[in-house]
Amino acid sequence: MSRQFVYQDDELIEKPFNWKQIGRLFAFAKPYQTSITRVVFVMTVFGMMSRLAIPFLMSMAIDRAIHPEDGKGSVSLLVTLVVIMLAMYGMRWWAQRYTIQQTNEIGQKVIFDLRAALFKHIQSLSFRFFDKRPAGSVLVRVTNDVNSLQDMFTNGVINSAIDIVQLVGITIILLVMEPKLGIAIMITVPVMFLVSSALRKKIRMAWQVVRIKQSRINAHLNESIQGIRVTQAFAQEKENIGFFDRMNTSNIRSWNLASALNQLFGPVIEITSAIGTLILLLYGTYLIQSGVMTVGVLVAFITYVGSFWEPITRLGNMYSQLLISMSSAERIFEFMDEKPAVPEKEKAGKLPELRGDVRLENVTFGYEKDRPALKGIDLDIKAGLSVALVGHTGSGKSTIVNLLCRFYDTVEGRVLLDGIDVRDVTIESLRSQIGIVLQDTFIFSGSIRDNIRYGRPGASDADVEAAARSVRAHDFIADLPNGYDTEVEERGNALSVGQRQLLSFARALLANPRILVLDEATASIDTETELRIQEALATLLQGRTSFIVAHRLSTIRHADRIVVLDHGEIVDQGNHEELMKRPGHYRNLVDAQYRFLSA
Amino acid sequence: MDIFRALKSYYWQDKGFLWGSVVGLAIATALGLVYPLLLRTLIDDMIIPSEYSGVLGLSLAAVGIIFVKAGFQYVHGFSGGRLGNRLAYRLRNGCYEKLQQLSFSYYDTARTGDLMSRLTADIEGIRNFIGFGFAQLLNTAFLLLFGFTMMFFIDWKLTLMILAIIPVLGFVAIRFEQNIHPVFRSIRSAVGRLTVRVQENITGVRTVKSFAREPFEINKFVKENTDYRDNHLQLAGVWAKYFPMIEFIANLSVAALLLVGGWRVIDNTLTLGDLVALTGMLGLIVAPLWTLGFQINNYTQSKASGERLLELLNQPIAVKNNSKALVLDNNEVKGHIRYEDVSFRYTNRDDLPSALLGFNLNAPAGSVIGFLGGTGSGKSTAVGLLLRTYDVGEGSLTLDGIDVRHIELASLRSQTAIVFQESFLFSTTIKENISYGFPNATSEEIEEAARLAQAEGFIRELPLGYDTIVGERGMGLSGGQKQRIAIARALLSKPKILILDDATSALDMETEHEIQMAIRQVMAGRTVFMIAHRISTLRRADEIVVLERGHTIQRGTHDKLVRQPGLYRETYRIQYADRPEELDAQVDASTKASERRVTG
Repeated sequence: MSRQFVYQDDELIEKPFNWKQIGRLFAFAKPYQTSITRVVFVMTVFGMMSRLAIPFLMSMAIDRAIHPEDGKGSVSLLVTLVVIMLAMYGMRWWAQRYTIQQTNEIGQKVIFDLRAALFKHIQSLSFRFFDKRPAGSVLVRVTNDVNSLQDMFTNGVINSAIDIVQLVGITIILLVMEPKLGIAIMITVPVMFLVSSALRKKIRMAWQVVRIKQSRINAHLNESIQGIRVTQAFAQEKENIGFFDRMNTSNIRSWNLASALNQLFGPVIEITSAIGTLILLLYGTYLIQSGVMTVGVLVAFITYVGSFWEPITRLGNMYSQLLISMSSAERIFEFMDEKPAVPEKEKAGKLPELRGDVRLENVTFGYEKDRPALKGIDLDIKAGLSVALVGHTGSGKSTIVNLLCRFYDTVEGRVLLDGIDVRDVTIESLRSQIGIVLQDTFIFSGSIRDNIRYGRPGASDADVEAAARSVRAHDFIADLPNGYDTEVEERGNALSVGQRQLLSFARALLANPRILVLDEATASIDTETELRIQEALATLLQGRTSFIVAHRLSTIRHADRIVVLDHGEIVDQGNHEELMKRPGHYRNLVDAQYRFLSA
Repeated sequence: MDIFRALKSYYWQDKGFLWGSVVGLAIATALGLVYPLLLRTLIDDMIIPSEYSGVLGLSLAAVGIIFVKAGFQYVHGFSGGRLGNRLAYRLRNGCYEKLQQLSFSYYDTARTGDLMSRLTADIEGIRNFIGFGFAQLLNTAFLLLFGFTMMFFIDWKLTLMILAIIPVLGFVAIRFEQNIHPVFRSIRSAVGRLTVRVQENITGVRTVKSFAREPFEINKFVKENTDYRDNHLQLAGVWAKYFPMIEFIANLSVAALLLVGGWRVIDNTLTLGDLVALTGMLGLIVAPLWTLGFQINNYTQSKASGERLLELLNQPIAVKNNSKALVLDNNEVKGHIRYEDVSFRYTNRDDLPSALLGFNLNAPAGSVIGFLGGTGSGKSTAVGLLLRTYDVGEGSLTLDGIDVRHIELASLRSQTAIVFQESFLFSTTIKENISYGFPNATSEEIEEAARLAQAEGFIRELPLGYDTIVGERGMGLSGGQKQRIAIARALLSKPKILILDDATSALDMETEHEIQMAIRQVMAGRTVFMIAHRISTLRRADEIVVLERGHTIQRGTHDKLVRQPGLYRETYRIQYADRPEELDAQVDASTKASERRVTG
């Protein structure tokens, strides 16, 4: 079988009802206990009372005022009853308005809290968490999964409570009004229940298949749009269309099945309810014939029974909804249960203002077990020195700076700043004294000014501009349509790679860190920008301890110390002149660069 | 309705289902109205005169009607479902095919999120409206017509009184729709903003953490989260205002009917059965009335969805096969490329000057052409024209003497292979990614391509080797690794023409050098275009073209260009500034060499 495209699916297993998760979920509703109690009270007492009283009042009107047994109707009683009905309707108006407003308020607050808690938790997680997951899957949890719980919290829970009360209320009224007929009607309830739950289970399963196929389609659509240039360049449009047609056909088949089943639900319920209607008409008339019951009661019964199936159907729907919500809840809690890989100690103090001494003592680390990225690294850097880390991909250059910023924790050994173990201080105080310029500059949506200010939120406009000037970014910013106020965004390609790099220099400079970490970009930068970056670097490094994961010879040459790494170990260190004097990795590396020129 | 007429070809062939949906619902509705009539007969003709003999027949008739009604309800549901599904299937296929055909210029400005929402939410909107919404809208009209006609025949005076409430109800329902419409819109935009905010935070998480700005990010998020909540509360507010009000008005009509009707029963001008039947029918009619606003809203929304879909479906295709398009013979293609006075301007970007102006190039088969230039210099445009990602504006571009615009697209592109600046991998195995476009490639060929692209080493180290799934949902690869897979993909087919658009930027110099050597070996006798910023990449090209703002400012071999003052030499000096001796030696050597040539 060709594996043209492969999309991983969610599982198709119906999860057993998980009470523990329901408990955790409902803990979010706990702060709103009083409001919930109040709403349920208002709706059951006023809303329900008004609703259930109407058919009763109608039957009174028919039996006592319009068509009494003595044949003498009473207009005044009719007027009185209608006035009472109007009062009930009015009460219902108010109660419903109150309920809708309150249930939504409570539900939205719960959802707000849940989403905020999830987002905050995600912010506290470490790189390790983000390494494992594509951005899309994190996004879906914060948006779609939380949204799918929204309906349950706004309408679901409270409406279910109201439905249950309504069912109980109708049952009682039916039994009280006419016990025999009431009992006869109740016989249909279990039948209805069995039929509907069997059908609903089938429907649920069918929709689950649809959802999985649909998400596969969405994944493919997204990918085929983003990769369209490759597809067209390799003339694969026809193949893609064929693949999509197969996917689409299979999706529509499951849709057809699901919707055929789904549409069956209403008619089946209706047919089942016909049993109730038959009993009602035959047995009801018989009771009237025997003089046990009045016409008014029969009319009232018809109305009550009519509003009896509705809550049963709704409660069944609610149950299906709950099962779907459970899988969302599960995914949300899976994230909530993730512990930060670099936990802050409880007694962690603030890191005092740094001089900038950096020491690594016998540091060992691996991203995965059994695949060490660093083996027993010892490094001692005095404040103010610039250090170039040199080596092949996978030699451990980036790992050293990752540990320095405490994006990960060492497996063995310690990282010390001014003699303080990085694990003993708060992460915020640590990172705010270390500036990092990453290989890919991330641009936040907002103005250029805001982007530079990201390094120091309180900075004045003048400071922002000064920073931009120092790193030679001012000129190109001034050339933009709105200068510093030009709106930029991550996906917008308004800025070139080099310009982005200069922006991130400005950002780092403004933050004024004692220690600077620079992951030098290898990406293409044109000559003019390259020159500026070289100049900007000199400004940026002045008077700070700096670590540079270096690719450009020019940067490496001027470093105070060059550390050569190979397979997680330091194989040599010294300055350019020293290292060039002896044969070894470094000299090979430098020679190689020139060899390509003359090769 | 124009929109739905324009979309006719997507659903009209299923008009049987359309009728099934509409007629099924209409009959079911009409049968529903029979039930109150049966009640009237029961009360007036059986209970009151104590004539109980017909009760069994009547009850069975009632049950029969329920069965038939349920049957027609199912006809409506089934047909509507099928109709909608088939429509969705055709629309989705249609849009997808269109997306495959649209040219690069369309994708320069299109946004993935927007296209996705057309293919998902908008198709969903149309599916629901054509499948069900349309029938329901018609049904509401039928219901009003049938219902009031029947009520009218039972008692026209009472019916007229009740009719007075309809305009009031209609007015409120429309006000409701007007109020709720803008709220729906602002909810949609709030959802969008929330998504964007979270997405940005997650993709930029490394920057966020580097600057320890989590609290700031949380604040930004809370702002959008609050906005989202408040918008929903506003929706609930509108809902809470209108929904109970509409119900109250409807109830008012029931109370009025009971009062006036009851009075007339007492006066013996109306039977009790008539009153019960009228009340029952009123209930049936009033219930769907308040949803009228929604149905109207559905209609407007699906109309807007249809518009967005039609806009996509009717999008002109900028680059397409001309009617007499030539199919190239694989064995005949040499790879001789010639640009003559080629100019090009992006039509959808009027604010930009021409991307390429009077460009000339003669690349005989087997030559290697290098391009150097800054952002926006026109180098990507120049190579793109060859693949017909855009069509030449002025001048001519020929392959073996044939104008590329006269060559069938697929045929042209199968002679060429390109590696883009941003390497894109599909969600599938590495093996499938390398053999993309050549499903019949053998494992040996795939591995050979990987070896040439210096990708063999890291692929072997992956837990599943060539069967490792990559792409957005798969194993994370570094930029350099992705680039090497993309290069392997291009080398697999041993194309006649290879284009490298800054394709080695994420690689270190050593790896890049190895790849260059491999390319030279594979591409012997074939044509290579390469865009790069590194002199080491370009220096061995047969001709190097230096571009600036669409103009060719320098051209020649490395040896020639280093001796000329200009961008090339400057770039060279910057990249080799560390070794002035080397630089001078190079320049000297080439100067001497050319002097020798001149003198000799």
